[in-house]
Amino acid sequence: MHELTEVTYLRWIPLLPLIGAALNGIPGALIQKNWGKQAINAIAVTPVLLAFCISVYAFFQVLGLDPDKRMLLDHMWTWIDSGNLNAGAAFVVDPLSAVMILIVTGVGGLIHIYSTGYMHDEKSYWRFFALLNLFTFSMLVLVLADNFLLMFVGWEGVGLCSYALIGFWYQTYENATAGSKAFIVNRIGDFGFALGVFLIFWTMAGADHPTVTFRDLAAHTNLIEGKTFLDFSVATVACVMLFVGATGKSAQIPLYVWLPDAMAGPTPVSALIHAATMVTAGVYMIGRTNFLFSMSADALSIVAWIGGLTALFAATIGLAQNDIKRVLAYSTVSQLGYMVLAMGVGAYAYGIFHLMTHAFFKACLFLGSGSVIHAMGGEQDMRKMGGLKKWMPYTYWTFLISTLAIAGIPGTSGFFSKDGILWSAWSSEHGSFGLWLLGYAGAAMTAFYMFRQVFMTFEGECRADHHTQEHLHESPPVMTYPLIILAALALIGGYLGVPHALGGSDRFAQFLAPVFSAGHDAHAASAHHHVDPMEYVLMALTFATVLGSIGLAYLMYIKKSLSADVFADLGGGVPYRWVYNKYYVDELYQAVVVNGLLLVTRVCAGFDRYIIDFIVDGTAYVTRFVSWINGLFDSYIIDGIVNRIADATLDIGTRFRHLQTGSINGYLYAVVAGAVLVMMVRLV
Amino acid sequence: MIGLNGFLIVSLIVFVLGLYCVLTRRNAIGILMGVELILNSANINYLAFARYSAGTYDGQIFALFVIMLAAAEAVIGLAIVLGIYQTFHTIDVEATETLRG
Repeated sequence: MHELTEVTYLRWIPLLPLIGAALNGIPGALIQKNWGKQAINAIAVTPVLLAFCISVYAFFQVLGLDPDKRMLLDHMWTWIDSGNLNAGAAFVVDPLSAVMILIVTGVGGLIHIYSTGYMHDEKSYWRFFALLNLFTFSMLVLVLADNFLLMFVGWEGVGLCSYALIGFWYQTYENATAGSKAFIVNRIGDFGFALGVFLIFWTMAGADHPTVTFRDLAAHTNLIEGKTFLDFSVATVACVMLFVGATGKSAQIPLYVWLPDAMAGPTPVSALIHAATMVTAGVYMIGRTNFLFSMSADALSIVAWIGGLTALFAATIGLAQNDIKRVLAYSTVSQLGYMVLAMGVGAYAYGIFHLMTHAFFKACLFLGSGSVIHAMGGEQDMRKMGGLKKWMPYTYWTFLISTLAIAGIPGTSGFFSKDGILWSAWSSEHGSFGLWLLGYAGAAMTAFYMFRQVFMTFEGECRADHHTQEHLHESPPVMTYPLIILAALALIGGYLGVPHALGGSDRFAQFLAPVFSAGHDAHAASAHHHVDPMEYVLMALTFATVLGSIGLAYLMYIKKSLSADVFADLGGGVPYRWVYNKYYVDELYQAVVVNGLLLVTRVCAGFDRYIIDFIVDGTAYVTRFVSWINGLFDSYIIDGIVNRIADATLDIGTRFRHLQTGSINGYLYAVVAGAVLVMMVRLV
Repeated sequence: MIGLNGFLIVSLIVFVLGLYCVLTRRNAIGILMGVELILNSANINYLAFARYSAGTYDGQIFALFVIMLAAAEAVIGLAIVLGIYQTFHTIDVEATETLRG
């Protein structure tokens, strides 16, 4: 993978949205006032669509190259050249990033168009689109970067835009805190990511080959082999640190807590950032650094188990939620778990495949829920919905198609990607029965809660009040057209990666194989001609279970022959309460982490106030005390001496003045006596 | 004959008398007279030694100087006594004890 083609147009893919962001961001309010929202639309949507066209061009160019030479490089300038560190501002398009830029610009473009309708009544219209464009720019930098440092720039950028967009309606306190929570939890992940990058750079520099670019690292992995750091292999520690960053960005256990709260942001934000793009950054990063992860079975195992556990854990929480966006949020966490699980068992291509299909159907689901919320005048509680298919046929059908996809019904894109993951979990050398079981159970629950959502929202009797019912309407074409396109993709997008088992040629995995070749992709398409019959068994088992889940949801929510309370009251209602309250994880974090940190703050503040200030004030007191003593010394001793001398002088003077009698006779006597004395002294 | 010793004894007696006058008299002029006696006793000494020991006339010349100086000093002394009389209206030296400690 060393032959690459140098081009100069890749830079426009991220730069066009950046220009849009700058134009909308800086003079945006003025533009909106003078030329209206149409102008903002034009400035915001055009760059993304243009970027999509360029991405398509780049994709076809890559396709036209030899499979082992598929890499386009656009080196803009040398960003850092300092001692050992040399990082360029350079963009690379290889099969992996080609897929990613198509998803980001394509799905992103559709969401931009949808937002022009959804955010129609928003006053800060220009700010929304400026941030959306800025986000697109950051995400594109992230996926196009050719080295860790530039990727980190994009990594941080998407975190920032996510914060700004979640807290878009910051005037409400909860929204602002949700934005802060997202940023802070992300930051914890970023810390791990940075440590991982540092460790890799340090180890490579220690082996006299300092580098941060991915292709250079991939070619020199032998320099990391065998090195240890604190008794663990460098590869394991670095990968675990990088994965911590991925758990923050891609909402895995334990750093997923920001994603459900992020639903406080506008729905297009949830669709773009928290379904299709930003949260996939972690998965992309693992794919990009697959050569590192494949060096450490321990790290892969950690990744896989966390992915599997998250998939099941989040699915269980999703079962009991009543807010339409919350269900989708936990569903996203769960599906991300599947992607991470795939990366962890070495099935990198399937992870990216699921990333793509998930982008289609989850964006469609979120945009559809936005459509529903829009029609319901802001209501998000599913218990107050029902029977909406009468009023919103387009929304209903696209939502249903996407639900079929996420449940993994054969024929939809979700089926191919999810089954691919489950099969890899079972059969890969890094997989195990336990991992497959987590995925399988999660799939069963996914089908159940998604169809519960469909039934509660669109089927049956409408439970909304009369006033809301009067206002129910289908969304305008600018909102329904993206829904239709996404639903179509959710249906047919899967045919790119039909596995051998079903007669396909696994073209998607083949396309991505050169990127993952160093990583011994568990599904190296070229080697797979013998199909294990177990694959069919598992496929059938999953399908049957999914049908069972759908049937259960049907009984509970359409025919109403089985009440939900049966499950809610199981075990004295305790499990239900735990699931409904998200296992109290947020409360746990608040009590342990947040309050723990506040406690540390208070201890430090107390230390500062009582000990540091005590020392400083004490020094002042001691100084004053010493000067007081000095003062005493000065007034009593020094002054005493001076005064005593004066007194003595006075005393002597007083005594001697009596010599001066004024009597002339006396003086004469003294003269004579003195003369006699002198003579006597001389004679003797 | 009497010789040198006689003159020295006379000079001594005169000196002592003069000293006694200086030390004990209350009258300022009396003190001055005592001073004259002391000076003259010194003169006798000079002249005696000039006659009996030196052989030259140095002593006599010196005696002349002493007489001249005694006269000058008596003038000054009397001027001071006049001044004392003008201030204290008496020449009793016990009255001039104002400059005392």
